[in-house]
Amino acid sequence: MKLWIEKQRYLIDFTLASLARRKARNIGLLLVYTLLVFMLASVTLYTHALRQEAARVLVASPEVVVQRMVAGRHDLIPPGYMEKIGRIRGVQTRTARLWGYYYDAVTKANYTFMVPAEDAPAKGEIVVGPALERSRGLAANNGISFRSYSGKLHTFIVAAVLPQATELVSADLVLMSEESFRAFFDYPVGHYTDIALTVANPQEVKNVALKLSAALPDARPILRDEVLRTYAAIFDWREGIVLALFSAAILAFGILAWEKASGLSAEEKREIGILKAIGWETGDVIKMKFWEGMLISLTAFLVGFVAAYVHVFHFAASMFEPVLKGWAVLYPHFQLTPHIDGVQVATLFFFTVFPYAAAVLVPIWKAAITDPDSVMRG
Amino acid sequence: MIELSGIRKAFNQGRDNEYWALDGIDLRIAANQVTALRGPSGSGKTTLLTIVGCLSRPTEGRVRLKGGDISGLPERFLTEIRRQRFGFIFQQFNLIKGLTALDNIILPGYPTGRPRHELLARAEELLVGLKLGHRRDAKVEWLSGGEQQRVAICRALINDPELVIADEPTANLDSHLAGEFMGILESLAGQGRTILLTSHDPLVVESNVVQNVVDMRDGKLIQHR
Ligand SMILES: Nc1ncnc2c1ncn2[C@@H]1O[C@H](COP(=O)(O)OP(=O)(O)O)[C@@H](O)[C@H]1O
Ligand SMILES: [Mg+2]
Repeated sequence: MKLWIEKQRYLIDFTLASLARRKARNIGLLLVYTLLVFMLASVTLYTHALRQEAARVLVASPEVVVQRMVAGRHDLIPPGYMEKIGRIRGVQTRTARLWGYYYDAVTKANYTFMVPAEDAPAKGEIVVGPALERSRGLAANNGISFRSYSGKLHTFIVAAVLPQATELVSADLVLMSEESFRAFFDYPVGHYTDIALTVANPQEVKNVALKLSAALPDARPILRDEVLRTYAAIFDWREGIVLALFSAAILAFGILAWEKASGLSAEEKREIGILKAIGWETGDVIKMKFWEGMLISLTAFLVGFVAAYVHVFHFAASMFEPVLKGWAVLYPHFQLTPHIDGVQVATLFFFTVFPYAAAVLVPIWKAAITDPDSVMRG
Repeated sequence: MIELSGIRKAFNQGRDNEYWALDGIDLRIAANQVTALRGPSGSGKTTLLTIVGCLSRPTEGRVRLKGGDISGLPERFLTEIRRQRFGFIFQQFNLIKGLTALDNIILPGYPTGRPRHELLARAEELLVGLKLGHRRDAKVEWLSGGEQQRVAICRALINDPELVIADEPTANLDSHLAGEFMGILESLAGQGRTILLTSHDPLVVESNVVQNVVDMRDGKLIQHR
């Protein structure tokens, strides 16, 4: 055991000395390698976190949302509409909802004003999401004024700030009482934004939608499953584009790695021959080169992955903004909840470290098993 | 110490350019003596050294080391023999560029698992013995030819081998340095090491240090003095 440790120590010493000898080559390789891991990790971390957020949004949302359409556009639900829906088999609850968008000229951002189904704030009070906490510097008990679309200034007291946990869901929310909401938007009494239906049995959702359309020709039922599919399609498509872009980068890296690592220089071949001639075993030579490859690829992987993590979760993937953001279906600005998936890390590791290790070891192995007698000749 | 019988070595066997570099060599290399292989360029001296040194295998024939047949041993065992019993001084020295003299010298010590500090102490001792102590931390590419050869000699001795093998040791040296090499050779012989070298340099083969001279031509032995 002591012998083994002594040998590994020597081997790592030798490997480091040997890496230092080819400084320019190895630093160049490390840079390109790290960059590649960084890009791939950024894309996968980002899209994965987005998917998680979207799933969280949808878990909380009802199976069916009914909107009313007038001339092909979303319109208010008039009084008596709920009753017209009547009793449909499979529908557990019907809730008329009140919500709307508000453009804040101060921060140039859109907020979602909403009346929660339960625990609505008292009149004149609001509960805000973390985005407002940040952008307007709000805290509990602060007062804030919004100018309504009719031009009147409404002042509210912040009762609480929503927790950070799922920003995508709650970031730009402003919760208020029904009374405040109607006053702020001049919403006519008895009118609502839409109707949420909960359906216990997923099998029944389609039927419910059909019956709704039959009963109310001007209703548009929006099914959660459909939204889910739309999200998935968009996420996959975006990720696909980015990955397609990067596959070119991967290819370039592959060629580089192959040339740098596998294209053993005459000098390296000679050195392997010398080591073997003076009594190194084939296994010793391969182990030494293995350490060399491992040092490079592990460093690249760690640095690249950590940089990607910081990029995605602390700088909101700012480098990918043009491609990955601008999701019309999502909120314009949000901070992702940090999330790392073991399988994802393993996959990334496999596709970056493994090919490099193979590219390094195959030619070394070939050189290391040949007879060392060539070192006797110039 | 080493016995060769019926050694033949072919290059490119079975192809158009098949060439028999050694053609029936029977030879005994006596222990604790200095033996020189002499012959014109291309006569097969280096090829014979690679076979004695277990760097390659004969196409035909047997190699015995202290009575034991080693021609059929697997690669691992040959490597172990090279490491523990042989020390090589190559014609081109074959030092590893970018490493210091000391690091080059301890290279054959790695697979033995001897502690590094012990190896370094021994390497230092050897360097000082060859009056090269002051160059121990110099990268080998900055050393002169004579200095490089002395580093190569130290490397050959680090595992304390029984047999030292040197291919054309004076070919790259001027007369003065060649004379110094003969001094080193004499002290090695004085330590009772078995030495096998090749040379066509009269300074070497006609020196008193060399007890046996074996003449070669066209892959065959001519006489055995
Ligand atoms: N790897 C090889 N392939 C083909 N021919 C070789 C090879 N190595 C040596 N030879 C030939 O074998 C002969 C003997 O070479 P060598 O043992 O180096 O002679 P010496 O050392 O006496 O000059 C030479 O003719 C040389 O060209
Ligand atoms: Mg020769």
